[in-house]
Amino acid sequence: MSSYEARFKVWRGDVQGGGLEDFEVEVNDGEVVLDIIHRLQATQAPDLAVRWNCKAGKCGSCSAEINGRPRLLCMTRMSVFTREETITVTPLRAFPVVRDLVTNVGFNYDKARQVPAFVPPADLGPGEYRMMQEDVDRSQEFRKCIECFLCQDTCHVVRDHEENKPAFAGPRFLMRVAELDMHPLDAASETGLDRKQTAQDEHGLGYCNITKCCTEVCPEGIKITDNALIPLKERAVDRKYDPLVWLGSKIMRRST
Amino acid sequence: MATGTEPHLNSGGVRTGTRAAISAPHLRTDRWWLAPAATAAGLLAFIVYSTWRAFANADYYAAPYVSPFYSPCLAENCEPMRAGPNWDLFGSWWGVSPAIIILIFPLGFRLTCYYYRKAYYRGFWMSPPACAVAEPHKKYSGETRFPLILQNIHRYFFYAAIPVAGILTYDTVLAFRGGTDENYEWGHMGLGTLVFLVNIVLIWAYTLSCHSCRHIVGGKLKHFSKHPVRYKAWQWIGKLNARHMLLAWASLVSVALADFYVYLVASGVFDDPRFF
Amino acid sequence: MSVVDRQEWDVVVVGAGGAGLRAAIEARERGARTAVICKSLFGKAHTVMAEGGIAAAMANANEHDNWQVHFRDTMRGGKFLNQWRMAELHAREAPDRVWELETWGALFDRTKDGRISQRNFGGHEYPRLAHVGDRTGLELIRTLQQKIVALQQEDKKETGDYESRLKVYQECTVTRILKASDSGSAAGGSRVSGVFAYDRETGRFFVLEAPSVVVATGGIGKSFKVTSNSWEYTGDGHALALLAGAPLLNMEFVQFHPTGMVWPPSVKGILVTESVRGDGGVLRNSEGKRFMFDYIPDVFKEKYAESEEEGDRWYEDPDNNRRPPELLPRDEVARAINSEVKAGRGSPHGGVFLDVSTRMPAEVIRRRLPSMYHQFKELADVDITAEAMEVGPTCHYVMGGIAVESDTAAARGVPGLYAAGEVAGGMHGSNRLGGNSLSDLLVFGRRAGWHAAEYAAARAFERPEVSDLEVDTAAAEALRPFSAEGPVGGEEDGRPPENPYTLHQELQQTMNDLVGIIRREGEMEQALEKLAELRVRARRAGVEGHRQFNPGWHLALDLRNMLLVSECVARAALERTESRGGHTREDHPTMDRKWRNINLLCRLADPTGGLAATDPERGQIDLVRETTDPVRPDLLALFDKEELVKYLAEEELYQ
Repeated sequence: MSSYEARFKVWRGDVQGGGLEDFEVEVNDGEVVLDIIHRLQATQAPDLAVRWNCKAGKCGSCSAEINGRPRLLCMTRMSVFTREETITVTPLRAFPVVRDLVTNVGFNYDKARQVPAFVPPADLGPGEYRMMQEDVDRSQEFRKCIECFLCQDTCHVVRDHEENKPAFAGPRFLMRVAELDMHPLDAASETGLDRKQTAQDEHGLGYCNITKCCTEVCPEGIKITDNALIPLKERAVDRKYDPLVWLGSKIMRRST
Repeated sequence: MATGTEPHLNSGGVRTGTRAAISAPHLRTDRWWLAPAATAAGLLAFIVYSTWRAFANADYYAAPYVSPFYSPCLAENCEPMRAGPNWDLFGSWWGVSPAIIILIFPLGFRLTCYYYRKAYYRGFWMSPPACAVAEPHKKYSGETRFPLILQNIHRYFFYAAIPVAGILTYDTVLAFRGGTDENYEWGHMGLGTLVFLVNIVLIWAYTLSCHSCRHIVGGKLKHFSKHPVRYKAWQWIGKLNARHMLLAWASLVSVALADFYVYLVASGVFDDPRFF
Repeated sequence: MSVVDRQEWDVVVVGAGGAGLRAAIEARERGARTAVICKSLFGKAHTVMAEGGIAAAMANANEHDNWQVHFRDTMRGGKFLNQWRMAELHAREAPDRVWELETWGALFDRTKDGRISQRNFGGHEYPRLAHVGDRTGLELIRTLQQKIVALQQEDKKETGDYESRLKVYQECTVTRILKASDSGSAAGGSRVSGVFAYDRETGRFFVLEAPSVVVATGGIGKSFKVTSNSWEYTGDGHALALLAGAPLLNMEFVQFHPTGMVWPPSVKGILVTESVRGDGGVLRNSEGKRFMFDYIPDVFKEKYAESEEEGDRWYEDPDNNRRPPELLPRDEVARAINSEVKAGRGSPHGGVFLDVSTRMPAEVIRRRLPSMYHQFKELADVDITAEAMEVGPTCHYVMGGIAVESDTAAARGVPGLYAAGEVAGGMHGSNRLGGNSLSDLLVFGRRAGWHAAEYAAARAFERPEVSDLEVDTAAAEALRPFSAEGPVGGEEDGRPPENPYTLHQELQQTMNDLVGIIRREGEMEQALEKLAELRVRARRAGVEGHRQFNPGWHLALDLRNMLLVSECVARAALERTESRGGHTREDHPTMDRKWRNINLLCRLADPTGGLAATDPERGQIDLVRETTDPVRPDLLALFDKEELVKYLAEEELYQ
C-alpha cells in the first residue's frame, strides 16, 4: 500500500457565490475521488456538502465535474490522475447550485413528469403479457439508466442555453420516450398518443444536434445517441417528413 | 485557502446566475481541442481537394478507370469512356464540369449524415467544440428550424446514394478490363483496380451503415420477433453502424485516393502498373 | 418556537425504496392523500443495489413450482423462526406483485415463449427469480417511480396539480414519529399523529400531520464497518418505531452476505451478486479446493450434491441431480468462507476466490453478469472473464425489525403505525433467502399501504392533533449538535465537542469486531460497554457551519438511531444462546430446538420517549422473551416429519 498527498481544488459556496478552495489530502491505493471527498469531510471540512449513496455506480447520486468533465465521483479512480496533478472538483454546471458539490436537479424531475407514462394494453391482464427477448432488448438497454443526469448536465442545448430548458427534455427523457415507443406492448397509439410525433413537438427532439456528448459521459455505456435519439429522429421523420411512410401507414393503418 | 468569491457574471450558459459561480467557460485539463481541430482539418483538406478536382474538368478518365467524382458523367462535354458511365442526359448546354451534376448526391448524403453532422457541428460551428466546453453562440435552436430542419431529409439522400454506389460498383467492374486499344478485353487487373476495389467496399460499407438505412431495414419495427429476416438484417447493419464514423472517414479518404490515382495516371505522372 | 410549517396528509410513508413506493402507490390508489419522505433523491433508494431478482413462484422455468414450495424454502432458509403467516402471504402473493409490475412498464428478461424468465438462487428449490440481468433492483425502483409519476399525471389531469394526492418530499429526514393521545393533546400519546422532519437542503423543519404512518426505511448496515449498505442505512425506521413505543423483533439476526468485494479497501463490502454462483460460479480457497463440499450441514445433506461432478451436472439437468453447495443459504456460505480464511486458506486480501472465468465463456459472462463485469473492471481492475474474484462476507441485511401483524403490516402496540420491507421483522426468520427481499417489499409494501389507507379513512373526521410541545421538543433535539456541550463540571478546560465522523467510525469498528459474523459472550458484553460510552459521547457530537445541506449535522442526528439499533442487536445477540441463521455464537455453536419458538422483543427502557438516555450504566433497551404461535397444521403438513424433527421441539411436533 502506498499513499501520497494529493492536491485538490473543490468548489465551495452556494447560490450567493463561491470559489475553488485548495486542499492537500491523503490518497491510498485503489481509492476513488469520492473517498477523497469523504476524507475531506472527516478531517478538514465537516460541512462539505456532497450527494452520494451506493458508492458502486448503481444509484447515480454522486454526479459532479472532475477536471471539467461530468463524472460519477464514486467511479473515478484516483489512479487515472498523476500524483502531480491538481484535481479540480466542481458541482454540475448545468443546474442551479445548492451548496458546494450539490446542485438542484429538479429540472430532471419536471421533465420526467412531462413524458406520458407506459400505457398498458387494454386486452391483457397481469400475468398475460408475452414479450420476446429480442423485442425487449432495445428498451432494456435504456432502462439501464441510473438517472445520474450526467447526460443532461453535459448536453450543450441546456448547459449553454438556459433559455432552452422549457422546450427541451434532454437526452435522458428523450431516451425515455424512445424506450416507451419501442416497448413491445405500449398501447399509447391506441389512446391517440403518438410518441414519435410528440418527441419532436413537445419534448424538443429537434434541438438535439447529435453531437454525442450524452453518450460520451454515460457511466452505464448506453448508446444514447445511436440507439435512442437517432432512431427517434428517424421515427419522427416517418411521421412528419416522409410522405411515403405517412401514406403507407394511413393505408395499412398499423405499422407493426 | 479560498481563491476568493467570484462575482456572478450572469452572462448565460454555465455562467447563469443561479449556477455555481465559476468564471472559466470550462475546466477541462486534457487536450479537448485536438479532436475538433483534427476533424476540421481533415474535412477542410477534403473540401479543398475535391473542389479543385470537381471544377478542374480534366484528367478524370484513364482507361479503364473513371474518377468516382465524375461518375456517372451526365453531360455532352464528358470525355468519352469505353462502355463507361457517360450518359448524356444534360446535353450541350451544360458548360462547366460535369462532376457538379452528380456530386450533389454524395455531397448531400454526407452533409446530412448523422456522423458528419456531429463532426462539423463540433469542428466548424463549435456547437459544442467538445463536451462540457462552452460554445460561443448566444442563441441555439438546433435542428428545429430552417435551414437545419432540412437535415431530416437524410433518408432521401440515402435512397439516392444506393444507385450512385451501384454505378461506382459498375466502374469497379470495368476496372477489370484492359489490354491494348485494339484488344480491349476482360480479365485484366492493375494497381488501380485494387484501389477501386478497396474504395467500393468502403463506399458500400459506409452507405449501408447509415442510420437511416438501419431504421428503414428494421429499426422502425415494434416487434422484431414477427420479422425475423429484417431483424437479422437490422442486427447486421447495427454492427456496421457502430463503426459509422470510422467508415465515414475511411470512405472519404478512399474516394479521394481513387480520384487522385486516376488523376496521376490520366495526367501522365506514371503508368498504371498492370498485374495481368 | 412553533413556527414549524405543517401540512395535512392521510398517509405518510417514510422511505422511498421498493416497500415505501409500493405502499404509497397502494394508499393513493385506495383514495388516501399520500406523502412520501425520503433521505435521498427520488429513485436513488438502496433497492437499486438488489441485483439477483424477485422470488415468485410463477412456474415459468419449472412447472413444479408453486407457492407451497416457495413457502417451504422460505421457512427452511429462516430455520423455522419466520412469522409463518407472513411467509405464507409472501409466497402466495409474490407472483401477482411481479405481474403487476409488467402492467406498469417493467421489462424483465424473457423465456423462449415470451414469459418472465426465472433464475436459480441459493436456497430456492426451483429457478424462481424474475430478473433483469443483474440489475433487478434498479428495474423495480424505476418501475415504481414511474408508476408514481403516472399517478401524478392522472392527478394533474383531474386537479391541475401533480402533487395534489401524492407527493414525494425528497432529501428530507424524519427524526420523530409524533403521537397524540385519544383524549387530548398531551405529548407522548398513544396513537400516531404525524412525523417531524427536516429538509436536508435547507435545514428547515416541518411537520406532516397524518393518522397513518408507514415506516419503510430499510436496514441498519451502516452500523457495521464492512457492509454492502449505503449511508442511508442507519436504522432510522427501527429507531423511530422504538422511540414511538413499538417493539423490535429478533434484532440479533443480521445477514452477512457471503460475497462482498474485499479489495481495494475503499470498496470493501460492496456486493457481488449471488447470481454469480447461481449461474455457475464456484468458490475456491487458496489451495484451489471447492471447499463448500466440506460445509454442508446435516439439515441440508439430502438436498445438495456430494461431488463436484454431480453439482456441475445440476446446471444442465436439475431434475436428476442435486445442486452444488455453493448455493446453500447465505448464512452457511458466509460462515464457511469465514472459517476458510481463519484457517489460513484465504486469498491475498483476506477473502476466498469466486471464479466464473473457468466456468463460462467470456462473452456469456459479459452478457449474464454485465454489472459485475463492469464493477470489477472499474473498481478493482479485475477482469472477471479472465481471473477469479476475491470475495468475503459483508453485512448485508437485517432480518430483525419492527414487530408487525402479519396481515396488516401494522406495528404492534402503536395504532396508525405500519412497517414494511427490511425495517419490518418476522418475515425472514433467522435468515433471508436471496430474492425474497424484493418480493417482500412488494407484498408487504402493498399491504402496509392498503391498511394504512383504510385506517386513515376510518379516522377522516377525528384526525389526531399534533401538540406544539412535541414539535418543540423534536426541534430542540434536532438542533442539539449546533450547541454541543462545552465545559463539564469538574474539568477545567471542558471537553471539546465530539466529531460525529469519529464516533461513527468507532461504532462501526465495535459492531464489526464484537457483534459481527461470529459472536462470543465476552465480546458482546464489551460491545455493550463501548456502546454506552459512545452514547454519552454522542450527546456531545458537535457540528460546524449551518443547517443548509450539512452532512456533519445529518450524521450527528443519525448517530442516535445507529446507537439505539446497535444496542438492540448486541443485547438480543447476547441473550440468544444458540446459533441459528444470521446469528452464530462460538460459545453455543448449534441450533437449539428450544429456541425455535422464542422471539426476542426489544423495547425502550424509558417509555416516556424522552431524549436518548444519558446514563451509561443503564442501557436504553429492555429485552422481553415471547413464545410464538404454533405453525398452522396445514402448513406444517407441507414438510416431511423427518425434516420437522430437526427444527421443532418434541412438544411442538405432537400437538
